[in-house]
Amino acid sequence: MTTIQDLNAIKERTLKTMELRLQNKDKKKDLEGKHVLICGGPGCHSANAEDIKVALEEKIKEKGLDKEVKVSLAGCFGLCETGPNIEIYPEGIFYCHVGVEDVDEIVEKHLLNGEIVERLVFEDALEDGKVKPVSEITFYKKQEKIALRNCGIIDYVNIDEYIALDGYQALSKVVTEMTQQDVIDTMKEANLRGRGGAGFPAGRKWETAYKYHADQKYVICNADEGDPGAFMDRSILEGDPHSVLEAMAICGYAIGSNQGFIYIRAEYPIAVRRLEIAIKQAKEKGLLGKNILGTDFSFDIEIRLGAGAFVCGEGTALMESIEGKRGMPRTKIHRTSHKGLWQKPTIINNVETFANVPAIIQKGVEWFKSIGTEDSPGTKVFALGGKIANTGLVEIPMGLTLREIIFDIGGGIPNGKKFKAVQTGGPSGGCIPEEHLDTPVDFGSLGKLGSIMGSGGMIVLDEDDCMVDIARFFLDFTVDESCGKCVPCREGTKRMLEILEKITEGKGTPEDLDTLESLSETITQGSLCGLGQTAANPVVSTMKYFRDEYEAHVYDKKCPAGSCQALLQYFITDDCIGCTKCAKNCPVSCIDGKVKQRHVIDQDECIKCGNCMEVCPVGAVIKK
Amino acid sequence: MEFVFDLEQNKDKIKELKFFMRENRGKKGLLMATLHEAQNLFGYLPIEVQRIISQELRISLSEIYGVATFYSHFSLVPKGEYDIGVCLGTACYVKQAQQILDKVEEVLGISVGQTTPDRKFSISATRCLGACGLAPVMMVGEDVYGRLKEDDVEEILNKYR
Repeated sequence: MTTIQDLNAIKERTLKTMELRLQNKDKKKDLEGKHVLICGGPGCHSANAEDIKVALEEKIKEKGLDKEVKVSLAGCFGLCETGPNIEIYPEGIFYCHVGVEDVDEIVEKHLLNGEIVERLVFEDALEDGKVKPVSEITFYKKQEKIALRNCGIIDYVNIDEYIALDGYQALSKVVTEMTQQDVIDTMKEANLRGRGGAGFPAGRKWETAYKYHADQKYVICNADEGDPGAFMDRSILEGDPHSVLEAMAICGYAIGSNQGFIYIRAEYPIAVRRLEIAIKQAKEKGLLGKNILGTDFSFDIEIRLGAGAFVCGEGTALMESIEGKRGMPRTKIHRTSHKGLWQKPTIINNVETFANVPAIIQKGVEWFKSIGTEDSPGTKVFALGGKIANTGLVEIPMGLTLREIIFDIGGGIPNGKKFKAVQTGGPSGGCIPEEHLDTPVDFGSLGKLGSIMGSGGMIVLDEDDCMVDIARFFLDFTVDESCGKCVPCREGTKRMLEILEKITEGKGTPEDLDTLESLSETITQGSLCGLGQTAANPVVSTMKYFRDEYEAHVYDKKCPAGSCQALLQYFITDDCIGCTKCAKNCPVSCIDGKVKQRHVIDQDECIKCGNCMEVCPVGAVIKK
Repeated sequence: MEFVFDLEQNKDKIKELKFFMRENRGKKGLLMATLHEAQNLFGYLPIEVQRIISQELRISLSEIYGVATFYSHFSLVPKGEYDIGVCLGTACYVKQAQQILDKVEEVLGISVGQTTPDRKFSISATRCLGACGLAPVMMVGEDVYGRLKEDDVEEILNKYR
């Protein structure tokens, strides 16, 4: 049985072994030795981060450095673009695109002789020939980490390191010093809004569940992260699983529940494995299970796997799925905090929401409210992706503008292309154009622009992306994922997709635009659950801000972005040297011309395969 | 393409599945977990297996079929030895993932949801894999390939043939 004293003892003991990597945060004293942290986040893990760890350890041993140098894997560093990433402390040097073949050089130069391997240093960290430490890099400077506070610092399979950074202190405070009402009051005051998308205040939810009396109550962590382009929950679960477990136990205490479920996608096997390890460790230490920290509060957590249905991210559908049924949303007569899983009072919160809870309990409401905006306190994690230089995971205080996120932190658009729009909120969200980039990000402001905060996917689109095609892409997704229970969503989205396909193929008519608008309204108002109610958002927002593109497709049969294949035309310009390569490679033989003379494409015959453009040695083939 | 399920050949696995159900009997919401177990054991959910689950858990076959067909993770046809997933999440899509998928289909001669007759490869529709930093991404079995170009596809698939 672990007591609070034991917890503090573990903290003190482990903190000593972590000094090197924490040095970067508060530079107090000179320390001996080095610590290499390897990013084990989703992107770097996929790019063989673990092989690098093995290679590093072997080489370090070979050089006889294994006493002074420690190597460990940590959660996501956030900068997925440059992965696999490693950091070397105490200097805080950030190496990127590291391969197994670079290991020898890093060990011999940096670890043995203290010379920095400049060719591997992250570009933005180089200034006037000097190498800046991680904490000074622009990508990290503007960020504020609460949910990701331990990601990239602690070893995710080592519970002691979580405890060292104040882990399970919030839980011990709650179960020994606070009443259920105290916890709920704290949460209500903090005004932590649900990070899964809708932004419902967690404290109010908890209060409802607390007030209903029942023989059994449940706590569910929604880890069915289905939005394409969002991977923040995965990173938290993989990089800091204990923060979620601790928060669920706190919630269980507050509402009077002894059973929690984590509903997680089967597509995240690594996260599942790390959660299993974390639950086992917490149970061994008496931080989960019977009589937590010697009190009479008991709480257990079970993992339940999803099976690839996007709609199961919707609360009631998720509960149906845990009950072993088809994951179809329920008609909401009661709130789930009143009648949820097996008709018992149930709290369902998203991973990121839970990850905030221990920090709030520990550091207090005042601290939490000092970050972010009045209406949306705290931070939000975003997954930056698409046409952006620094693809990755960022956590920012609410109220930062989209421009700051995309251009300052994200590094702007690569390859000199022009920004066109940013898509937030996945299939339920919308596209926000350039003119609104200075909008501060919080729950209210994005809604006003016709998008939503959503779970935090942020996909940047550049001039090459066709907005009609993007809308079509999301509708294609919704049609696939609609559960089929209610008509507006099942039938409506399908009809909308058909119209969008027609338009991108150049067969659209002016009436189609009106039909799209009226269908959008019907689906939004008539659908049963959040999936249907927001399914039209991608179309509504693109029609609002990029109507000219729709019109170009319909009236001029042109795709201004040059993305819709059917509307493209290939031309051969005067630069043609008459090498005949294009004519030889054309699969339908529609290119004519004599040797050493300009060639011509027969537009009626052309199937727009693009072969000619690819093979042209002088770039004389263009598409428009 | 018809795939025949041989009860005799799968005797041990069926035993294991029955053991799983008996061990967990009484646990609430057991069906999903059982289907996951069966999918892992057999690689798919043939009707014969669904029937066994029905008898064991006392849930009607129609309900089991309903659940099995609702979730895209469960398959009624066997997956190949190497299941291929080309990520069609937004980040990958705007980086030309559709062309990668088209190429995979072309090279293998099957489309999404199908399995090659030699049961070597199958293609699954995959939404975001959460590796957006590596977009476009493809998975072959457990191996992840990132920052792909159309021309890489054939070479990668050849490694598994």
